[in-house]
Amino acid sequence: MSRLRVLLRTTALRLSALYLVLFALCAAFLVFYVTAMSERLLEQQTRDAVTAEVSQIDNVYARGGVNALLRTLERRARQPGANLYVIAGPTGEILAGNVASLQPGLLDKEGWTGEAFRYQRYTDESRKETHVALAHVLVLDNGLRILVGRDLQEPEKFRVLVRQALMVALGIMGIGALLIWFAIGRNALKRIDRMSDASTRIMAGDLSQRLPMSGSGDEFDRLSESLNAMLGRIEKLNEGLRQVSDNIAHDLKTPLTRLRNKAEAALAHKATNSGYRASLEEIIGESDQLIRTFNALLMISRVEAGAAAAEMSDVDLSRSVADCVELYEPVAEDRALTLEADVPPDIHVSGNRELIGQALGNLIDNAIKYSEGGANPSIRVTLARRDDRIVLSVADHGPGIPADKREDVVERFVRLDESRSKPGTGLGLSLVEAVMEMHQGSLELDDTVPGSENNRGLTASMVFPTPSA
Amino acid sequence: MVARMKILIIEDDLEAAAYLAKAFREAGIVSDHASDGESGLFMASENTYDVLVIDRMLPRRDGLSVISELRRKAIHTPVLILSALGQVDDRVTGLRAGGDDYLPKPYAFNELLARVEVLGRRKGAPEQDMVYRVGDLELDRLSHTVRRQGRELLLQPREFRLLEYLMKNAGQVVTRTMLLENVWDYHFDPQTNVIDVHVSRLRSKIEKDFDLPLLRTVRGSGYMIKDETAKGDGRPDA
Repeated sequence: MSRLRVLLRTTALRLSALYLVLFALCAAFLVFYVTAMSERLLEQQTRDAVTAEVSQIDNVYARGGVNALLRTLERRARQPGANLYVIAGPTGEILAGNVASLQPGLLDKEGWTGEAFRYQRYTDESRKETHVALAHVLVLDNGLRILVGRDLQEPEKFRVLVRQALMVALGIMGIGALLIWFAIGRNALKRIDRMSDASTRIMAGDLSQRLPMSGSGDEFDRLSESLNAMLGRIEKLNEGLRQVSDNIAHDLKTPLTRLRNKAEAALAHKATNSGYRASLEEIIGESDQLIRTFNALLMISRVEAGAAAAEMSDVDLSRSVADCVELYEPVAEDRALTLEADVPPDIHVSGNRELIGQALGNLIDNAIKYSEGGANPSIRVTLARRDDRIVLSVADHGPGIPADKREDVVERFVRLDESRSKPGTGLGLSLVEAVMEMHQGSLELDDTVPGSENNRGLTASMVFPTPSA
Repeated sequence: MVARMKILIIEDDLEAAAYLAKAFREAGIVSDHASDGESGLFMASENTYDVLVIDRMLPRRDGLSVISELRRKAIHTPVLILSALGQVDDRVTGLRAGGDDYLPKPYAFNELLARVEVLGRRKGAPEQDMVYRVGDLELDRLSHTVRRQGRELLLQPREFRLLEYLMKNAGQVVTRTMLLENVWDYHFDPQTNVIDVHVSRLRSKIEKDFDLPLLRTVRGSGYMIKDETAKGDGRPDA
């Protein structure tokens, strides 16, 4: 029964109890109001009917005298379910009518009898029953007293009936509400239980688990959905982290191993002075490459952590791009490539000049590396305003990147060329992407020549938002 | 003969400090050593040095605070900051605190040496000189003209700035990163030999039709412009 105890502890129960009390108060009010109103209505009806009859009887007496009056009353009194009729002498003795006895003194005063009174009437079985009635007394000019009344037994019954019906209906509603609440509460509780079970499993380390969804799109589903989206993000980050540490292990251990091997080899061979020198120079070269990789990694994580965001200022992008192109142009020319720039003046962005320069440098460096020896050795750097964005692209005519690989290449240490024959850290595009994210922009990769199989080329675009004035 | 340069190294890693002292001595530079921020600050305040090499993270007093305190005391000895933090924003904070140059760890000693020598300003042209001369090469900073043996050489604006920086520091080694920083104002790693290509273009312009080479490549370090025929330490005429 621990389940019930849990149920009793829930917020739902507390709310339901509050609602139940309010409901009961309203229901009680409703019962009293309805019965009181119907009572008043029925009494009014009774009074109206009696008043009408009294005026009729008055009329009959006025036109036909006592005889006509007696005949009329006699006839009316005999009808089944008839009203009360009493004709009494001036002293109050009952002369005719369908009433056996009355409360004494009732006929003394003309007009309404005021409170309901008790009487006994003749019934079909000639038994005397005590009834309650409301009546009007008429005193004729000859001293006769006429009482016209109406039995209240029927309205009373009706009133009781209405009250009972209301009580029953409300009772059923109350019980129904309780049952429904119990069912809903249990259902909600079950779903919450399933959600917390799933979270427990996720916390235990299974990040592939997802919170259950019923498919109804209700609050629980919406909650599950956003939590699941969050889990997806965490899983992706986690996966990225794992992959990065794997890659770091690989990409740092490989050159470290090479470095160690070289040092060992230099020691093992009885080398000449110049041999040692050459080995040591190679070793320094290896360590420089390692440092370079380390620096790039650190830079990416710093940029991703937003540490450099504090150093944002207005950057004359046109000038930076021109500078960067000018910096790389001789290298391109040395390798029989043309590096051209199409840069309109005075395009500014808000950002970090160093990081933008580094990112553009990476893109140009990549373009140079992959264009070398190609059929079309031209690289074009374009800066342009496109809609509300500023696009800086570097287009080459190298082998390009197939559409399905584009997401991979921005991952850390991913290099399409598995043999890693081209020099590089495998971090270039990751850094560009991190830099663009820091600038609320993005890195977009496209074909330079769409549709071409072998020489599709790569257009890497740094897309900046237009700085707000 | 120019007096030997004297520097102070404030570095808490004793092994690194010993290595630096030895390497500087071999390069003809005398060095003192302090192993924490407080004693470093004291020594830098009491003695006269040409350059201070300060590690950024020090016990007892942080490297940046040493620099700020020195500057507050109106001691303007050039400072080179060494730091394991090498990112853009760290460089900016370091220079803002009053440092004159910033070198991230790990560094090549040649790089450090070249920078310390430039900071020490024992060689090269005085800042206020409007005309730099190395041998028969002449650079006019006002008219932006370059002549060799009286013949005007046509240089691109960037080539002019490159030569200007080399000549300003004539007789001492400038590294590729120093060139990138001072001529292009970038501190990133260009990955390829971009600077070498620029220098070789410049070299062909200033040496092609002349017998005497001026621009030397210093193996493992960088470049140096020097009048090889001049006597002494290669200082241009002062």
